[in-house]
Amino acid sequence: MTADPGETPAGTADTAVAADLTAASEAAAADVPPELLAQSLGQYLRAWWVRIRSGDSGILPVVLGLVVVAVVFEIITPEHAFLRPSNLVYIFGLSTVYMVLAMAETVVLLLGEIDLSVGAVALFGGVIAFKLVQQPGPAWPWWAAMLAALVGCGLIGTFTGTLTARLRIPSFVVSLAMFLLFSGILVVVLGGANGTVSVSSSAPNQRVFYDMVQGLIAPVAGWVALAVVVGAVGTALWLRAAARRRQGLVAPPASLTAIRIALVALVGAAVVLICNINRGTALVTVQGVPWVIPIVLVVLGVLTLLLQRTRFGRYVYAIGGNPEAARRAGVSVAAIRTWAFALCSAIAGLGGILLGSFFFGQYSTNTADPGQLVLYSVAAAVIGGVSLFGGRGKAIHGVLGGLLVGAIAYGVSLLSLGQLATPLQYIVPGVVLIVAVLVDVLSRRGTGSVTRA
Amino acid sequence: MTEMNEAPEGASGGGDGAEPLLKLRGIEKHFGPVQALYGVDLDLPAGQVTGLCGDNGAGKSVLTRTIAGVHQPDHGQIYFEGRPVHIRSTRDAAALGIETVYQDLALADNLDIVQNMFLGRERLRRGLLDEDSMELQAAETLSTLRVTTVRSIRQPVASLSGGQRQSVAVAKAVMWNSKVVLLDEPTAALGVVQTRVVLDLVKRLRDRGLAVMVISHNLNDVFEVADRIAVLFLGRMVAEGPTADFDRQSVVEYMTTGSSGGRPFEPAGSASGEG
Repeated sequence: MTADPGETPAGTADTAVAADLTAASEAAAADVPPELLAQSLGQYLRAWWVRIRSGDSGILPVVLGLVVVAVVFEIITPEHAFLRPSNLVYIFGLSTVYMVLAMAETVVLLLGEIDLSVGAVALFGGVIAFKLVQQPGPAWPWWAAMLAALVGCGLIGTFTGTLTARLRIPSFVVSLAMFLLFSGILVVVLGGANGTVSVSSSAPNQRVFYDMVQGLIAPVAGWVALAVVVGAVGTALWLRAAARRRQGLVAPPASLTAIRIALVALVGAAVVLICNINRGTALVTVQGVPWVIPIVLVVLGVLTLLLQRTRFGRYVYAIGGNPEAARRAGVSVAAIRTWAFALCSAIAGLGGILLGSFFFGQYSTNTADPGQLVLYSVAAAVIGGVSLFGGRGKAIHGVLGGLLVGAIAYGVSLLSLGQLATPLQYIVPGVVLIVAVLVDVLSRRGTGSVTRA
Repeated sequence: MTEMNEAPEGASGGGDGAEPLLKLRGIEKHFGPVQALYGVDLDLPAGQVTGLCGDNGAGKSVLTRTIAGVHQPDHGQIYFEGRPVHIRSTRDAAALGIETVYQDLALADNLDIVQNMFLGRERLRRGLLDEDSMELQAAETLSTLRVTTVRSIRQPVASLSGGQRQSVAVAKAVMWNSKVVLLDEPTAALGVVQTRVVLDLVKRLRDRGLAVMVISHNLNDVFEVADRIAVLFLGRMVAEGPTADFDRQSVVEYMTTGSSGGRPFEPAGSASGEG
């Protein structure tokens, strides 16, 4: 595109332009996201460092947290068992429940709201899905049962969202009520305080649910799947950067894109490698990537696309940042809020199904604790870097936060602390959550994004 | 928006000064028993800046919101390009090309400049947001307005200074081929340097042929940018004319007493301002 002579060409207007008013530009200098100005890899890294020091650190704290947790638990667990492949794969399985629920919670947190009912609704959805495939009983095909559970959860979320969005009742109160309501209903659908609902791994239709977390992908197929995923992600990243450069827009340097793709490949390869190590006994070979890992990646991909590249997602962020601005821009604020709650609950329903699968296809009142589940989900999202004040955070933050919470929960349980184990299951994530919220608050203060009246 | 009978003259609203782009005649507005506007007349010619002055409670905000489509007048008529129009909603106003920049700017801090400028009017490509095309358009608008102090249009609005925020809000308003821009206290929260930036921007809007109305308490700013001045006093338009007909003293007197030197306002010449 061209511009009239004497005007700044549009393509370079977004790079550093000669500032006729230095006072104005200097005030903003420190807060510009680094990738926007950097033209080379060195510049990018330096700018990234500046940004981290100014408090806006993205996924870095949670990644560092994961490293610290891994090292600490490896040292203090008996026989240094924490990082054994069998334990790591177990953590992946356990964490996926928190990951999915944290991603669900993220959608609502982005609005500046909170949904305390995700745990209860998730378990309700999971139990319903399992009940619908019972034989004798409804004997629905697994996909119909799953669809029914997700739609049912979505309707529950629509109700919560409607009360919150249309009547402006604080979501805290509405969702707390829904949490209590569905915690009670859950006991009923489970068939009483000692009731259980389970699927059998021998019936093919029910086995799908059983295999979601427990089922393994054959080692070779795992590598093939990894190659496909890395290829797709890499191509998408590369083409996107190339398209921006072609239009004269600022794009990250090619070396940086290459490094990103390499990191994705590296992390993926590490996961596949760990999962493909035989973690069975001398008699039984157990190896392969659990099916749940690609399932979580699909949820992550779809939610990321929805939040970052669609109008719905844009409006969710806008409402979280400034509801009045969104309203004046013609956004139907109440409708977006309601849809967000519905989406949150529907994703939570999937998390509930994964939880049943994780516990070898069985729900009981011991494994299904909606209170603990919601605490861990909110904690996971916030620890991952989603702001409690709305408008900041991504789906990937929920995934990383879920992994951290799962690692802590399992690490504590490995310590064989006897009487201390149960309280520490709550105390350690609680402490981590406080730290995460402090980081959230302080970084907001640091970047000067004060909430305006 | 519903247009009534076609006005006889097909006024283009151009710079010939014959017909103001936006013309208000006899606008009355009351809220319950409280009368806010009494038969207000106001002209907003294209290519000129009109400064709207008035003390607190004089009706500046009500008048602005009436033009913006937030309120509907009880009596009176609004003419746009010579045609009588009814502005029933902000959507109607936007369809005519009337944009308002409110004092609080209505920007989402967590979104970047491009996202804010296109909020509510995002471009789509195959169902997904067309970020690149929006970024190019936003960059072009900002560069034609010479808003060049922002380092990157992909930086979040939270990182901008007050003047830059105001500039973004104004750019957002003019990006949609708007013809009339209403600015509510654009310099109220700004320091000296930032005020300079915004006033220069207002002049650039005028030079592009827009009809601009600036609502301000600050008479220094009004006298610097306004080609015409209109003064509201207790819901009545007590003075309206070219800036040359006023001085600081008289404007203050109109604002506080509704008259100057004990006499009501008399236009110096019959022809409305030639900037």
